[in-house]
Amino acid sequence: MAKGGTSRGWALAKYLSLRLVLIIPTVLILVTVVFFFMRVIGDPITAAQGGRLPPEEIEARKQAAGFNDPILVQYGRFLANMLRGDFGRTLTDNQAVSDILLTKGPATVELVFWALIVAFAVGIPLGRLAARKYNKGADIAIRSFAVLFYAAPVFFVALLLKLVFSIWLGWLPISGRASAGNQTLLETGVQTNTHIYILNAIQYGDGAVLVDVLQHAILPALALGLLTAGVFIRLTRINLLQTLRADYVTAARARGVAEGKVVSKHAFRNALIPVVTVMGMQIAMMLGGAILTETTFEWQGLGYWLSQYLLKRDFVAVQGITTAIAVVVAVASFLIDAINALVDPRVRY
Amino acid sequence: MSASTLDPTDLGPGPRSRKKLRVPGLALIQSTHGLQRGMLLTGIVIVALFLLVALFAPLIAPYEFNQIFTAQLPMSGDHPLGTTVGGFDVWSRIVFGARTAVEVIVLAVALSIVVGVPLGVVSGYVSGLLDRVLVLVMDALYAFPSLLLAIVVSIMVSQGRSGAMTGILAAAVSITVVFVPQYFRVTRNATLAAKVEPYVDAARVAGARPGRIMFGHILPNVSQSIPVLMTLNASESILTLAGLGFLGFGIEPNSAAEWGYDLNKARSDIANGIWWTAVFPGLAIVLIVVGVTLIGESLNDVLNPLLRTRGGTTTADEDEVAQAVAAKTELVAEGTLPAEVEANTSVVPVAEPWMTPPVEEDSSGADEGHDGGQGQTGDSLSSWSDGSVGRESLGDNHLADPNDPRCGKGSV
Amino acid sequence: MTATGSGDSPGLTSTAPLLSVEDVHVAFRTDGAPVLAVRGISYELNPGEVLAIVGESGSGKTVGSRAIMGLLPPTATITGSARLDQTQLIGLRGEAMRQVRGDRIAMIFQEPSTALDPVRTVGWQVCEALLVHRKMTRAQARARAIELLDLVGIPDPAQRVDSYPHQLSGGQKQRAMIAMAISCDPEVIIADEPTTALDVTVQAQILDLLHDLKDRLGTAIILITHNMGVVADMADRVAVMYRGELVESGPVRDIFERPQHPYTKHLLAAVPYLGRPRPASMDTPAEHVGADIVMSVHDLCVDFPGRLGAEAVHAVKDVDVEVRAHEILALVGESGSGKTTLGRCAVGLQPVTSGAVRVLGTDIVTAKGKALREARRKMGFVFQDPAASLNPRMTVGDCIAEPMLIHGMGTKQSRLERAKELLDAVELPIDYVERYPHELSGGQRQRVSLARALVTGPEFVVADEPTSALDVSVQARVLEVFVRLQHSMGFGCLFVTHDLAVVDLLADRIAVMHRGEIVELGSREQVLRHPRQEYTAELIAAVPLPDAAEQAKRRTIRRAAHLKA
Repeated sequence: MAKGGTSRGWALAKYLSLRLVLIIPTVLILVTVVFFFMRVIGDPITAAQGGRLPPEEIEARKQAAGFNDPILVQYGRFLANMLRGDFGRTLTDNQAVSDILLTKGPATVELVFWALIVAFAVGIPLGRLAARKYNKGADIAIRSFAVLFYAAPVFFVALLLKLVFSIWLGWLPISGRASAGNQTLLETGVQTNTHIYILNAIQYGDGAVLVDVLQHAILPALALGLLTAGVFIRLTRINLLQTLRADYVTAARARGVAEGKVVSKHAFRNALIPVVTVMGMQIAMMLGGAILTETTFEWQGLGYWLSQYLLKRDFVAVQGITTAIAVVVAVASFLIDAINALVDPRVRY
Repeated sequence: MSASTLDPTDLGPGPRSRKKLRVPGLALIQSTHGLQRGMLLTGIVIVALFLLVALFAPLIAPYEFNQIFTAQLPMSGDHPLGTTVGGFDVWSRIVFGARTAVEVIVLAVALSIVVGVPLGVVSGYVSGLLDRVLVLVMDALYAFPSLLLAIVVSIMVSQGRSGAMTGILAAAVSITVVFVPQYFRVTRNATLAAKVEPYVDAARVAGARPGRIMFGHILPNVSQSIPVLMTLNASESILTLAGLGFLGFGIEPNSAAEWGYDLNKARSDIANGIWWTAVFPGLAIVLIVVGVTLIGESLNDVLNPLLRTRGGTTTADEDEVAQAVAAKTELVAEGTLPAEVEANTSVVPVAEPWMTPPVEEDSSGADEGHDGGQGQTGDSLSSWSDGSVGRESLGDNHLADPNDPRCGKGSV
Repeated sequence: MTATGSGDSPGLTSTAPLLSVEDVHVAFRTDGAPVLAVRGISYELNPGEVLAIVGESGSGKTVGSRAIMGLLPPTATITGSARLDQTQLIGLRGEAMRQVRGDRIAMIFQEPSTALDPVRTVGWQVCEALLVHRKMTRAQARARAIELLDLVGIPDPAQRVDSYPHQLSGGQKQRAMIAMAISCDPEVIIADEPTTALDVTVQAQILDLLHDLKDRLGTAIILITHNMGVVADMADRVAVMYRGELVESGPVRDIFERPQHPYTKHLLAAVPYLGRPRPASMDTPAEHVGADIVMSVHDLCVDFPGRLGAEAVHAVKDVDVEVRAHEILALVGESGSGKTTLGRCAVGLQPVTSGAVRVLGTDIVTAKGKALREARRKMGFVFQDPAASLNPRMTVGDCIAEPMLIHGMGTKQSRLERAKELLDAVELPIDYVERYPHELSGGQRQRVSLARALVTGPEFVVADEPTSALDVSVQARVLEVFVRLQHSMGFGCLFVTHDLAVVDLLADRIAVMHRGEIVELGSREQVLRHPRQEYTAELIAAVPLPDAAEQAKRRTIRRAAHLKA
């Protein structure tokens, strides 16, 4: 074990660099799985255009795109291109996949960000309350809430939210990231287009536009956020229940620490550590949920476009977007592990 | 997660005392109380209902699932839940959808257990290079958004288009690929814990071959964590199936009824205020997932020793001390000591952590722990992967329930 | 002085008792019927006095004292009275109870590594104890915390104050717990098995520290323990608990010399006593002394690789040792000494780094396949934890017979017969073959474990702390059975333990391990009565004897030596 500050620092640095290196095989495995699974079915051009173009034309395009080369050659080329940031061009509308990633990715980031806020704001306090009221009314109600949101598919919750708040009550917009007019303003009327509408709206400086953007974000953030909140409730509750039974909590009580402080300073802090550790998982999960949420709300992020390309059987686009998500997932889980190593003095290296 | 911390009396399936009644389900229900029992029974009723509907779908549904009527009819006597934009009868689609869901669940769960569990046991027991590679691959797959993985696999299996059985098979296989890493992780972790248990050492000392140790000793004890995971995966497979259907990668409407597909088609209806095409299939999904989840939750409560307050019966230890005393001093005859402990209110060590008998810890000292190195002296690579496998549990602290992937990964 | 029990009360002081507990009952609500953990205990504690509450697991000793501080889970129902001076503690809640805890009654826990919050520094936790009861600034609290850590003998307190618990050794952690307990000068300290998790030499230091603090600060101590040696060492008065009741109490010498209650008598008779002559039945019959070697270890080294390039840990270093037929060689040492590792090497459970382990002529380090299995048929292993060493999914009969099945010995019927035979040999009813391990008590399970180890008629057996998980009164019987079978079957035994009293009871020869090496090896007489190594002598001196007069004498000597130095 670490003796003092420096040796701990070294151990930490070693651990983090090793962990960083391990991103590479993780990404490689995912990329390889995606590549080979999607090529088992044959070439993407036939899948996308089969029946629509004459066979000679397809053959010519295949030849040009290199799909007639041996699979390993294609794989090597795919990896080499990926390293250069080139994920190919979509077959159906001939866009660079990397452009799609750069312009649509921020929308997904924005959605996940809003949803995380909802998840934290709802999940952690409710989980804490449930643990403290173990087996009482509040606990049962909160657990039921968590089970319900776990059980409801995110797109069904999304449809219900739309039905109630957009159609029946008419309070909130039914879909999109901004009203049609504002959308053009936000994409073209700002100096640096971050593609993150809330940032663009702040840049633009018009209160009405800002409100419009926020209004559009509410329902998607709720749909995706409540799903995640269910997981947070479970996690916080179960961990807090266990740390509340820990010896050090009894010991803190035994030295006269007030109950509220026992919970917040000892039990809760220790209970949150595993919650932080699963954040990496949560982000991956939310990206999956984002595909469905974006599709339902026509929120034009990566998930929405992924589902569009899926319907068009444009597997080059699908492969590119999936690969990009793989990289994000691997990096996110590294960051979470790093944060955890910094926060928890006990992490063994 | 060591198997020995669980009280084997309560683990539904598995060998029980031969003198007692051997009905696993009944024993399970008997071991629950109050809220847990309510949850368990509700869950069982819901799931049983769905199984019945799935089994007798042709008798219950008024029409075929692919019979076409006038589109978007509101609820009426002919069509109790109305018709869809494609002209299907909503109620009939829901009834036949139960059948599809059950088929996919059974296939997916069975496939992933058959592949994931033995792989996890072998990997955890054999360790070495095989284990490291498998952990890396499984962790990578596990970290990936499951819906995305299911999409990729379903593209591979179905080649982009789906027929009747191939659609169900494709869905089941894609869900299996998502679940195998979960079974692998859980069984591997349980195996890692079990293989340093003394009863495994005992078998090794006796000269048992690895196959016997893995499948005769470790597997039966590791399998305790499987039922909870099964319920979890059952509900997740419904959600994944529906997710695939919602994205247009499920089963074609003419080959089988599938709720996700119906919800996808109902998207545009919502904008027109036609709610019944979306709400009812959605509710069907919610209901069955709630049913399965309730079973899982109560199972988890029953199996989680930390959340239980045990008691009621006398333990054998108490009697033993009494006998030891009585044997020496013949007190029972004098009536000073109770020969039998009263039936109901006996003095029992309560299952609280501070009540466990003092045990000399040969491996307690973090500062001087040489002996403590056994079994966990992995090198750098595996020490990382052990850490990441226990990502939701922090391995050594048991803060989160390591058997509970819900803590780590949710549905779509 | 005592409300129940024998009632004799010479009374150490004439002042009013500091704490008087009357007729306290504790019941736990459970999923099944309620459990009565404590049934009407009464005692008094005078200022500056050490009262030992003694009992085995499940006796209610811990529950009873936690009830006073209101530290039981909400499922507990407590009735009766516990008055600290004028304050009634039973039923005290919220702020009123909080002010008592830590300030007037403090607590020391059994397991210091779990009783310290892992994510807070030691100093933070000591400061917390100060800040909740005393008006002082953070800086003042920190300065006081450093003083306190110094007082309890933690080296470099100014640095250690910023250490996290996992950076301290077990003994230091317990010292930090004690620093917290004395931080507000409480009137009463409840020490719940304060040394059970510690090595015997560390235990002696902690007991010295408690003694010293008691004398200096005048705090009354309730010492909860199962260890009669600790009682003899520390206590002024003793209360014996059995099955939730306080069966006897009185001054410590009375209890040790004239126990009244049968349970106390039994308990004292069952405690192994280091240095007391043992019955001749425990000695190896003379005709077998110097029999053939059954197991030998040569130049054995076991290294555990360090993490991430850290230095490897040498668990066992260049060890040579041999075990003869009919003899019991005890391998003693503290945690981390490598004794368990060596024991596991002797049966091939632990891969070795270098060296040879020969069992009955076979080198089990290099042997493979059939030869190794054949060697294993001739050896047995008895594990520390009887609950964990039997497969919970197999019946007792299957557990015992499994080694025979593995080696293809006998038929199903003959194996069953053999299992019954062995059950009988370990003094268990033969119909236990049908039972499952969880239906048995700890001592019964350990006897099943013994039966399994012996089922193939081994010539060499390793017993790894076979009784340390058992209560004292159960331990005695298991040891008796073990030695009887060892004599009749004649196997050579390597008996791994930390308990010198047990060693004195059954060993023929003793090997003392320290930091991976055997520092002393000799006959029982020589090692325990005339140790040649200082470490062995220290180890022996650290064991508290279950004899109040003897411990008092020893303490005076130690103190005198301390003063001289």
